[in-house]
Amino acid sequence: MTSSMRLPPASAPAFAFTPASAPVFALVLALGLAAVLPGASLAQTPPAQSAPAPAASNALEVNVDRGVVAPLPIAVPPFLGKEVGADIARVIAADLQRSGYFRPVNASSLDAQITDANVPPRFADWRGAGAQALVTGQVVADTDGHLRVDFRLWDVFNEQQLVGYQFSASADSWRRVAHKIADMIYKRLTGEDGYFDTRIVFVSESGPRAHRTKRLAIMDQDGANPSFLTDGPELVMTPRISPNGQEITYVALSRESARVWLFNLRTNRKEVLGDFPGMVFAPRFSPDGGKVAFSVDRNGNSDIFLMDLRSRQTRRLTTDPGIDTSPSFSPDGSKIVFNSDRGGSPQLYVMDADGSGVRRISFGEGRYTTPVWSPKGDLIAFTKQTGGQFHIGVMRPDGSDERLLTDSYLDEAPSWAPNGRVIVFSRETRGGGARLYTVDVSGRNLQPAPYSAGATDPAWSPLLK
Amino acid sequence: MRNLTRLALTAAAAAALAACASHKPPPPVAPTAPPPPADTGAPPPPPPVAARPTGPLPGTEQDFVVNVGDRVYFDFDQYTLRDEGRRVLDAQAAWLQRYPSVTVRIEGNADERGTREYNFALGARRAEAVRTYLIDHGVAAGRITTISYGKERPIAEGETEEAFAKNRNAHTAITGGVR
Repeated sequence: MTSSMRLPPASAPAFAFTPASAPVFALVLALGLAAVLPGASLAQTPPAQSAPAPAASNALEVNVDRGVVAPLPIAVPPFLGKEVGADIARVIAADLQRSGYFRPVNASSLDAQITDANVPPRFADWRGAGAQALVTGQVVADTDGHLRVDFRLWDVFNEQQLVGYQFSASADSWRRVAHKIADMIYKRLTGEDGYFDTRIVFVSESGPRAHRTKRLAIMDQDGANPSFLTDGPELVMTPRISPNGQEITYVALSRESARVWLFNLRTNRKEVLGDFPGMVFAPRFSPDGGKVAFSVDRNGNSDIFLMDLRSRQTRRLTTDPGIDTSPSFSPDGSKIVFNSDRGGSPQLYVMDADGSGVRRISFGEGRYTTPVWSPKGDLIAFTKQTGGQFHIGVMRPDGSDERLLTDSYLDEAPSWAPNGRVIVFSRETRGGGARLYTVDVSGRNLQPAPYSAGATDPAWSPLLK
Repeated sequence: MRNLTRLALTAAAAAALAACASHKPPPPVAPTAPPPPADTGAPPPPPPVAARPTGPLPGTEQDFVVNVGDRVYFDFDQYTLRDEGRRVLDAQAAWLQRYPSVTVRIEGNADERGTREYNFALGARRAEAVRTYLIDHGVAAGRITTISYGKERPIAEGETEEAFAKNRNAHTAITGGVR
């Protein structure tokens, strides 16, 4: 586990560390309120408690809504202290680069300048190397095996510290510290929440197509630490992670049945969700985590049901004779978008969370499936089949402003990063296996996910606590 | 296992005796008799006794698979039965009435040209189309269960329309009651 605290602005005299017993992550959550110190001169750093000065018009920032973005050049030299310092810097730089908004600057000749991460760097040299932002840090191993990691984000042109924090973490949590630092940098410079300290649940695929092994698996969003959660002969499909990140719901398909399971990541226990006549599939948590919506197929008719996880009471939301599946809640829990072929072909529909007020929202040519409501609420991602190709696309919840983000032989299963800016999905190439890809919601920055083995049905976790 | 071996031997025998390919159970074919000798006036010798391959034992799973057909196929994103599918299901219904202790599971399948959850529901509809047809043709509903495998259990590899067409099917699997 890790904890963190905000660092005061760097100045020549060493500052006092706050004890590492600070409340776990309380300060991380307050980051948006506290971390910015614009306009501070390095010689006379104001105390952290002073009111922030108005932002300078030329303040360092990345506009994530512009159509074309020149990635911000950022230098992330190795943190001081042991090999893990270099490892942490590498993970930070990789996170930032993959976002598409940053370009790590290689200025290794300047690395040796950083001898004390709490002393302001020689900005002119970093400017000369082309960096507009600079991240410095150091790692100290405590006697109890914990790591203390300090980092500071600098505005190279305005010669000021933008963020400073200290983390305390067990030695094996160094990657999470790196992701949290990357999240803070991303947030400070883009204004949007980060998404790097997250995990992705997915289905690991191996073996030939006709005899494929499909196991539930989980990894860090950057592909590190993959591990299997099931190993049985059942085929696993469509895992989704709960809003608190602790539970997974998924479908296990055997020769005889399709059942929805709940898997608790803390206890590694799993339990089947309810006992229904017919096949149960397409589960998804409600935003409060207290309910699961899913489909039950009875005699060829799939309808959407909602189960309260505490009372285990189940309510049927749709009664149409067509296929009704793939329910996904709006972030406020008031509405559900789902997939239905009641109109003759698979299209997207929105209903109130009690099943009333159904209306169709997709009207373009082609077949629309797998709707997923953005965690920000502003968009719905989907898969669209048209012209023999598959696309991941987004539209507004009223169906307007449809945009296709990808085009390939077989794309499907979009899942949103918790900040609503990045979509992970699975792509299968003709003749090849499936693996995960990510794309920015703008349609730029399409790239394979770092995990290169066979994978489908990704589900992006919320930010870890 | 014994049945499979027998089936393989049967097939080998049939292939050796008659080099004709057929989807139907190969009817036993006698080797062609040599042409009668010319101008002898004597009656031709009786043809040699044909070695008749024994087909699968009636009422076995192999009998069902080989002589009836255990799979029907569907058009893209469709679950209505084709004419040839109805003929296969007519034979299935007759066979199941002949062997009333047999129980079956109808497994609906979809090709990969669709997304996972929708195709799962589509496979369920295909299985239901077969179940309904069999019930309408005299098979007791209690003998039939259904499951969808969606696009998870394809039988044909490859990304060709031919492979996709094979993977859009409903398979009638015998789950019990065979001899």
